[in-house]
Amino acid sequence: MRVGIGLPSGVPGTDGRTIIDWARRADEGPFTSLAVIDRYVYDSYEALTSLAAAAAVTKRVRLATTIVVGPLRNTATLAKTAATVDALSGGRLVLGLAVGAREDDYQAAKVEYRHRGRILTEQLATMRNLWESGTIGPKPVRAGGPEILVGGLSDQAYLRVARYADGYVHGGGPPRAFGRAADRARAAWRDAGRPGLPQLWGQGYFALGEGAAERGAQYLKDYYAFTGPFADKIAAGLLATTQSVIQYIRGYEEAGCGELVLLPTSAEPSQLERLAEVCAAL
Amino acid sequence: MKILILGGGPGGLYSGSLIKKTHPDWDISIIERNPHDATYGWGVVFSDRTLSSFREADYPSYRDITNKFVVWDTIEVRYRGETVRCGGNVFAGISRKILLMVLQERCRELGVKLKFLTEVRDVAELKGYDLVIAADGLNSIVRRTWADEFQPTVVMGNSRFTWLGTHKVFDAFTFSFRRNEHGLFQAHIYPNDGLASTFIVQCDPETWRRAGLDHASEAETVAYCERVFAEDLNGEPLLANKSEWLLFTTISNRTLRYQNMVLIGDAAHTADFTVGSGTKMAMEDAIALSNAFERYGENVEAALNDYELERRPMIDGIQRAAAESNRYFETTTRYEAFEPMQFVYYLLTRSGRISYDELRRRDSSFVDAMDRWFYAVTSGTQTPNLRIVAPPPMLAPLHLRGLTLHNRVAAPAATAYTARDGVPDEAYTAELRDLTQGGAALVFTDLLAIAPEARITPGCSGLYRPEHAAMWSRLVKMAHDQQTRIAARLGHAGRRGATRPRNVGLDLPLREGRWPLLSASPIPFLPDGPVPREMDRADMERVRDQFGRAAQMADEAGFDLLELYFAHGYLAASFLSPLTNRRRDNYGGALENRLRYPLEILDAVRAVWPETKPLCVALSATDWVKGGLQPEDTVAIVRAMKERGVDLFDVLAGQTTLESQPVYGPYFLTSFSDQIRNEAQVATLTSGDITSTDQVNNIVAAGRADLCLMEPPRLNAHYRIIGSGLGSNGR
Repeated sequence: MRVGIGLPSGVPGTDGRTIIDWARRADEGPFTSLAVIDRYVYDSYEALTSLAAAAAVTKRVRLATTIVVGPLRNTATLAKTAATVDALSGGRLVLGLAVGAREDDYQAAKVEYRHRGRILTEQLATMRNLWESGTIGPKPVRAGGPEILVGGLSDQAYLRVARYADGYVHGGGPPRAFGRAADRARAAWRDAGRPGLPQLWGQGYFALGEGAAERGAQYLKDYYAFTGPFADKIAAGLLATTQSVIQYIRGYEEAGCGELVLLPTSAEPSQLERLAEVCAAL
Repeated sequence: MKILILGGGPGGLYSGSLIKKTHPDWDISIIERNPHDATYGWGVVFSDRTLSSFREADYPSYRDITNKFVVWDTIEVRYRGETVRCGGNVFAGISRKILLMVLQERCRELGVKLKFLTEVRDVAELKGYDLVIAADGLNSIVRRTWADEFQPTVVMGNSRFTWLGTHKVFDAFTFSFRRNEHGLFQAHIYPNDGLASTFIVQCDPETWRRAGLDHASEAETVAYCERVFAEDLNGEPLLANKSEWLLFTTISNRTLRYQNMVLIGDAAHTADFTVGSGTKMAMEDAIALSNAFERYGENVEAALNDYELERRPMIDGIQRAAAESNRYFETTTRYEAFEPMQFVYYLLTRSGRISYDELRRRDSSFVDAMDRWFYAVTSGTQTPNLRIVAPPPMLAPLHLRGLTLHNRVAAPAATAYTARDGVPDEAYTAELRDLTQGGAALVFTDLLAIAPEARITPGCSGLYRPEHAAMWSRLVKMAHDQQTRIAARLGHAGRRGATRPRNVGLDLPLREGRWPLLSASPIPFLPDGPVPREMDRADMERVRDQFGRAAQMADEAGFDLLELYFAHGYLAASFLSPLTNRRRDNYGGALENRLRYPLEILDAVRAVWPETKPLCVALSATDWVKGGLQPEDTVAIVRAMKERGVDLFDVLAGQTTLESQPVYGPYFLTSFSDQIRNEAQVATLTSGDITSTDQVNNIVAAGRADLCLMEPPRLNAHYRIIGSGLGSNGR
């Protein structure tokens, strides 16, 4: 299993320089990917634009969205931006897409929340075609365009993985929850007659070092406040010790995860260093 | 804090006493419309796991409850004049009345105010409390008043049941199945205490009407049931207590809390009585609620959030199991052809919560007996030999015409889409060799096209050119050298043909080199995709003959079994489904017509495929689309095909159209296999995320399918176990 790290682009108050430096440092290893999350109505950076900046200062890591809320953008814009990041990065983009769960983002983007599933399906059905046919350039580096992952926990989400995507990206939680979702993604994939196996990506939040746990939990409660009481559960799942990070990595590995992304809850550069130490020791 | 609890049932009393225990200064009142000593219903049952949660929550009431308990660990099933017992299922029973007395006493001891013969008629009376706990049952006034907030769904069951009792004491949880001239009757019997037993009688609505029970008085009901279950009662009378014939009401709510109000027990959720979990769930709700208030104190909102998060997955799990159990008891007649051992195995594992391995942990001698019976029946010796240990059902042989499979595991070849001109590449051959060494008794090829234009993608393997037969015969020999049988899967892609290899996605039309498509009707698979031609008579004859010729080649190549892939929206499937067949000739319209062309193909194949070799057909049991093919239609299709010499059905679902709404989960296709196998009395193959030997044993032992498709590569370890075990000696 490969381990990636998130950019602190979703942590409020982070300045631009910090994000660029973080990306450069992440490229030195041991991480295999650099990931962003997506939120409109919040003090956070736009996901694909952040990856474009990261593309300029990295050579090696894959640049992943885990996830971008597809329906917030119109399909041509999404296809254009993704193709651009893909070309700028020499084909390192992994485009994770899902419907998200934040109604206020949809309101801000003036997109009907209740149509989110249908819109995402349409985007998946047309985007690959736009890239391949050259209708919307730049020409993809990889034949067929960037790799696509789909997230979500509904049967329709698994069906989208099987019909349109290269793999599945889970939203985070204990390894058992990931395993159950991965089983369904795999079952849908085989049922559809796709060759091989879907790529399986997982994610989780970490906060290492003194005082980091409290600040991290505070951030998660704020970021996920829209989920109501569930925010407490997410905050409680924060990986705040070396031991819990290692257990999480091992658990995901056993559950069949292919790439696990660990997302920061603070933009302190020491966070990246501490996680790098843990991963290097594995 | 001032708390009002509506309803003095087990949930209300228990939550009152538990919350009062941790917060002695809180003012808690319970109001109950009935007198303190009234009770309807007989006894309640708890599992050992529930009891230990009671012990943790409140020791004094736990001690008083368990002092009054009868405990047993056996489930007894009476069916077709035989009695089968299975142990290790620890249950405790108590009369509902005694349980209520214990809980009332505990409330008084702790200072909870109890008001009987009091009822809230106006929700204005709920004002002035910091918290209102609605433990007021099925017809909860709180849930009804704020229905827009709680968003309850109410589903009525199909079958009729009534609560009765008897002074005959049973020593086990007993299920009795009795058939008379009116139909099948089921009794669920369990001891309440040392003096009496609860006796619930259930039957389907037709049986109920035929027996005249729809207009029977209570006394007539009692007399009738006494006659039906005379052998179980041994002359003891049945007793009634407001014993009407009911339909079970399953209630679930979108949310369990609104403002300062919370639903617990039957007000919040009900689960079919056949899993006996109503009181257990109510009391577990009470524990979760009191834990939440222990954690969050007077922060009502946080506590209710916590309660809901804690209980939601548990409630969903029990309601799912209850729905499975309810489905079983509403379709029991489907299983009346089962021998007693299999009938009982199915009954015990019906809800999906107990697997083969779990049942073995509970009662290994029962599962040993099951294994012996299964092995004896399948190996043709009929009488189980008590001196031997039989292999588990997964390793019992399966006979299909002249073919014997030495275990119940099949493996599908990986779909690679790398063939050229129908000839698979080296990697495919290597993978197939690996599969044949894995221990599965049967290996399937991927879909072999019967003609170049029958392919899904240009990379599909085929069986249409003379050299294909020779090429496949080498692969067949490779399988046979490993003592593995091999099946050819034949198909025509129909309107899903001429697409690009599936590594980028499904149903993406080829950019160049596209060939014309055929289907029952000219409806494209994708809204803007290529439109297939409606097959005319000449097309139908040509394709039919191509199937026949491919079948001949499959025989020449030495394949042991032939599967016709009539599922997933491909050519034959496009005739079967009303969504894709809009023909006005005698191949469209009624099911009988839609079935005609697939049967013509079948006849052509059966005519050339040897008598001694079995034939399999793959079908989508449901389109998973409203207005599409339903499992009941597929049962009719299967019956017709069985008549024409099909020996095995590969039961799949969906993919007929883009609108399909699949439901994934652990062995998500097996319920369709179960229905088709047991309603049409045919052998079936099931698939869909079957990942453990435990699942295979469970499916096969319960008669839900005869053969299971387990998928590599995660399972190679399992295959090796099968291969190295008894399986390879069985042939």
